Amino acid sequence: MNGTNHNGIRIGYYICHCGHNIAGVIDCGEVARRIGVLPGVVVSRDYKYMCSEPGQELLRQDIRAHDLNRIVVASCSPLLHEHTFRTAVEDAGLNPYHFQMVNIREHASWVHTDHAAATEKAVDLSRAAVMRVRHHRALTTTRVPINPAVLVVGGGIAGIHAALTLANAGKQVFLVEREPSIGGHMAKFDKTFPTLDCAACILTPKMSSVRAHKGITLWTYSEVAKVEGYVGNYTVTVRRRPRYVNEALCIGCQECISACVYREPKFPDEFNVGLGKRKPVYIPFPQAVPQVVVIDPDRCLELKTGRCKKTCVDACADRNAIDFTQKESLEQIQVGNIIVATGFRLFDAKRIPQYGYGMYPNVVTSLELERLVTSSGPTGGEIRLRDGSAPRSVGFILCVGSRDLKTNRWCSRTCCMHSMKLAQLVREHTGADVTVFYLDIRAPGKGCEEFYDRSLKEGIQFVRGRVAEVTDWALAPEEEGKLVIRVEDTLAGFVRRIPVDMIVLAVGMEPQSDAQSVRRLFNMSCGTEGWFLEKHPKLAPVSTFTDGVFIAGCCQGPKDIPDSIAQAGAAAAEAMALIDRGYIEQEPNTAHVLDDCCGCKSCIPLCPYTAISFDAGSQKAVINEALCKGCGTCAGSCPSGSITQNLFDDDEVFSEIEGLLHA
Amino acid sequence: MPSEIITPPASWSPRIVAFFCNWCTYTAADLAGVSRMKYAPGVRVIRLMCSGRLDPQFVFDALRQGADGVLIGGCHPGDCHYSEGNYRMLRRFRLLRRLLADLGYEDARVRLEWISAAEGDRVRVVVNEMTEQLRALGPLDLPGRISEWNRELAGNAPGAPSSAAASPVPEVSHA
Repeated sequence: MNGTNHNGIRIGYYICHCGHNIAGVIDCGEVARRIGVLPGVVVSRDYKYMCSEPGQELLRQDIRAHDLNRIVVASCSPLLHEHTFRTAVEDAGLNPYHFQMVNIREHASWVHTDHAAATEKAVDLSRAAVMRVRHHRALTTTRVPINPAVLVVGGGIAGIHAALTLANAGKQVFLVEREPSIGGHMAKFDKTFPTLDCAACILTPKMSSVRAHKGITLWTYSEVAKVEGYVGNYTVTVRRRPRYVNEALCIGCQECISACVYREPKFPDEFNVGLGKRKPVYIPFPQAVPQVVVIDPDRCLELKTGRCKKTCVDACADRNAIDFTQKESLEQIQVGNIIVATGFRLFDAKRIPQYGYGMYPNVVTSLELERLVTSSGPTGGEIRLRDGSAPRSVGFILCVGSRDLKTNRWCSRTCCMHSMKLAQLVREHTGADVTVFYLDIRAPGKGCEEFYDRSLKEGIQFVRGRVAEVTDWALAPEEEGKLVIRVEDTLAGFVRRIPVDMIVLAVGMEPQSDAQSVRRLFNMSCGTEGWFLEKHPKLAPVSTFTDGVFIAGCCQGPKDIPDSIAQAGAAAAEAMALIDRGYIEQEPNTAHVLDDCCGCKSCIPLCPYTAISFDAGSQKAVINEALCKGCGTCAGSCPSGSITQNLFDDDEVFSEIEGLLHA
Repeated sequence: MPSEIITPPASWSPRIVAFFCNWCTYTAADLAGVSRMKYAPGVRVIRLMCSGRLDPQFVFDALRQGADGVLIGGCHPGDCHYSEGNYRMLRRFRLLRRLLADLGYEDARVRLEWISAAEGDRVRVVVNEMTEQLRALGPLDLPGRISEWNRELAGNAPGAPSSAAASPVPEVSHA
């Protein structure tokens, strides 16, 4: 090995087999041999699992035994294990930044089939790292304090659980919800699968706790408008829409609602997905939190015309809670972490016209049926057709807007169970014949397969096949006045026509329509389907690529209530782990101005963080390290090459290029 | 390039140096790996924190050291982890593009792509496409050409020894 006289640089090189993941394609022994002869390399080894404890110990022992001062590990992506190895290097007494990682798994062995070419690539990438690591300088991380407050965005079950978990641990929480009440989709459900316990009974106590908790500041009817800063120190601007009711003064007596000039509720009620009616002044649902009425500016006579008798104001009397002059306001808060739990939207069943939603009145979505089943719903729990009669037969069509190349490819995960729950409730409430049209029944959760068995035993019929169309065109006397489902029964092997009174479309979940702008707001990524992207699908399921921003619930992908709550708890724990340490260690990849700066000022407007200023005394640019986030844009554009970026210094990158190309 | 191209052997495969930003394109390349997508092995990725860090000299240096093409990957406009580093790079890239064209480089030699962290398949498609385009263009072989030019210069210089041994890669300062 060439250990001698390279300006004291003594490099240790390690190539990981990662079991067969790397060694199955790349000849690790060969790579280690070829890297071992490079100048400055003292030790060159291949090992089965470098990230394992024995692998790390091998590294630490070699550092001590061979007096190594630079380490290169060729294994998986640095986004996965760079931190692991930096820590191991530091444990052995080296500066953690005297380390370079080479990605030969995600970028070589997993993507190439030609073993020789992949081995050659591993050699090139390793050589580049060996040449680069010589230039690495010892760096120290800076510590910045972390603000212990947390912002939770979205007041569905995930947001509620995250907020309560944090608040119960003594953290200050801001919970921001777009709708006038928290509760999200879960508040609209009657019962929950597979236990059939009442959704309201388990959700509303949590909603009340949110309202009562001293540690939680709840802002409903509000949206996040702007996010600035970085982990530990975010400044968030929240836009609070006017509800024309003073939240501090309204006691929720609802006398204004009875006194409204509209004697009868007239407008479609959002909470009951349009099945019920409400007045211009309303409370979304009886258990809403906060118990504060809202005035709909698009419906209220006073707000529309300014010429209403304002009977609501008279009813409110000396409580004086109604305030027609209320304006939108912007509030600014300081938080250290953000949990995004913005949920999902339901697939619009009109996008599949052959199922007749919007055309035949007795074709409803699963959420609409949910509202019909609920005792607090618009029909008081009676399942009724539009003509008021009870259905004698009901068909459930599954995978509407899920597992479908024409709409959404993904499985929405909850619709099988949700439909079976509704099917059982329909049987219980009406005794109607129920037929479920499915592709595959997916019942993988705890107690879910048992629930499927129970559905079969309760006499619910299951027909396997994707429904072709729904029509009211009767071809036989028994089809008169009914909706006919035309389907190929793929188990029986022929096409069937099944007449029913009511059809329920099990609509799937989709990302919120504004998911893209929300993603930009919080500097997150979306997967191709539009769900927010987690940092790692297995190891960091609630983290995002932006430190201090976590995701929970269905905004990350379709999931049921237990999974949403589990994620919310995990996100809260991740935030607490950061808060309780008390500080953030910042990656020292900041930029610095060298002495030969000529003071041209061209870098100053380039910095997205206004970290660069001009020092009149020295006539040079100065970078404020606390503001610098380490993008390196200034270093890349300095005309005189007088700005350097730690870890991505010119010397480091140029030697990496040279190493890649010079065999 | 102006000088004649020697037809490469059928087995020849271009070498691409890629500069990928840490947050979007590098992660997309990781995703391509996790998804076991297969693409041409001639590409070598250098990770930068942001495409904004890309100094145009990195591109020239890669070509000078023997790359047949350079691929730059950044976040989609509006998605930059650092708000606008990709826009800064785009401006520089436009200028670089013109400079390269003036010097006689084919457009396909240097390519810019916005690839988000979710677009693993885009990495596969772009690398394969670029590999095919470069294969059609043939090797750039700047180190070989430079040493040839150096020999010519040395031969033409008055009083120079005819067998002047020029270093294959000339000393260049990066400042």
